[in-house]
Amino acid sequence: MSILLKPAALIWLLLMLATCTTTWWLSKDAFPATVATVATVLIAAFKARLVLLNFMEVRHAPLPWRLMFEAWVLLVTAAVLSIYLQTPMNT
Amino acid sequence: MATAAARLQQARRLPGVEGVWVFIAADMAMFGLLFVSFMLERQKNLALFEHSRHTLDANFGGINTLILLTSSWFVVLAVDAAKRNRVQRVAPCLAAAMICGFAFTVSKALEYADKLRSGISMLTNDFYMYYFALTGIHLLHVAAGCVVLAVLWKRARAGTYNSAQCVGLECGASYWHMVDLLWILLFPLLYLLR
Repeated sequence: MSILLKPAALIWLLLMLATCTTTWWLSKDAFPATVATVATVLIAAFKARLVLLNFMEVRHAPLPWRLMFEAWVLLVTAAVLSIYLQTPMNT
Repeated sequence: MATAAARLQQARRLPGVEGVWVFIAADMAMFGLLFVSFMLERQKNLALFEHSRHTLDANFGGINTLILLTSSWFVVLAVDAAKRNRVQRVAPCLAAAMICGFAFTVSKALEYADKLRSGISMLTNDFYMYYFALTGIHLLHVAAGCVVLAVLWKRARAGTYNSAQCVGLECGASYWHMVDLLWILLFPLLYLLR
């Protein structure tokens, strides 16, 4: 339909697929808990960044704003993962 | 003229007004702290958190994520329609986004009712305290978002939004995407960490 719209449709599809992957596939016991959890958190961070950059149009925001939001995703993800990995017996 | 317009189009800008973005940043900072606080509490009491997590139904969480993502997508379509001066298309897109917001609320209500029926409340243990507090605060955001979408919808039906006038629409859209974004992170923390 348009240059603007087509990527957005693809991003919506990608977000839906990523959600199905973490919710109904990676959550299965067949996957080692640590691997599945780290992958799930990373996929969630990737999805959050997709929404930020494309839906919220932060991709076209003034650079300081963009850096701040990118830093938020990075910090939250790093904090969650490092606390998770430091939690004993997490398998 | 065309190049000037193109340059203007390429100029870096935030959608809507800056005030909304200050609010969005503050809200996200607060949720970020809550996420970290949840993780630290989980670290202290892993067995309890893991046991309690198993009583949650990830299907609810997953479907709710799909609902919010689709809602966000409709809002993207609404803003795009306004920018292209397809004024008639704005309101139906906003209505669809709003219906998704209601669906999320109903699904959450069913989930809460199920928990309360099983005798689980905020006071049961620390995990449920976080579960009800985090999802509750988020649900308030969804409810507020539905009101925002309703106002935008009403104004869109009157033909308010077009390429020259869409700041209000952009403000509401940015807020609604943030509600979606927060759920994207909240859902795996509560339902999927193992």
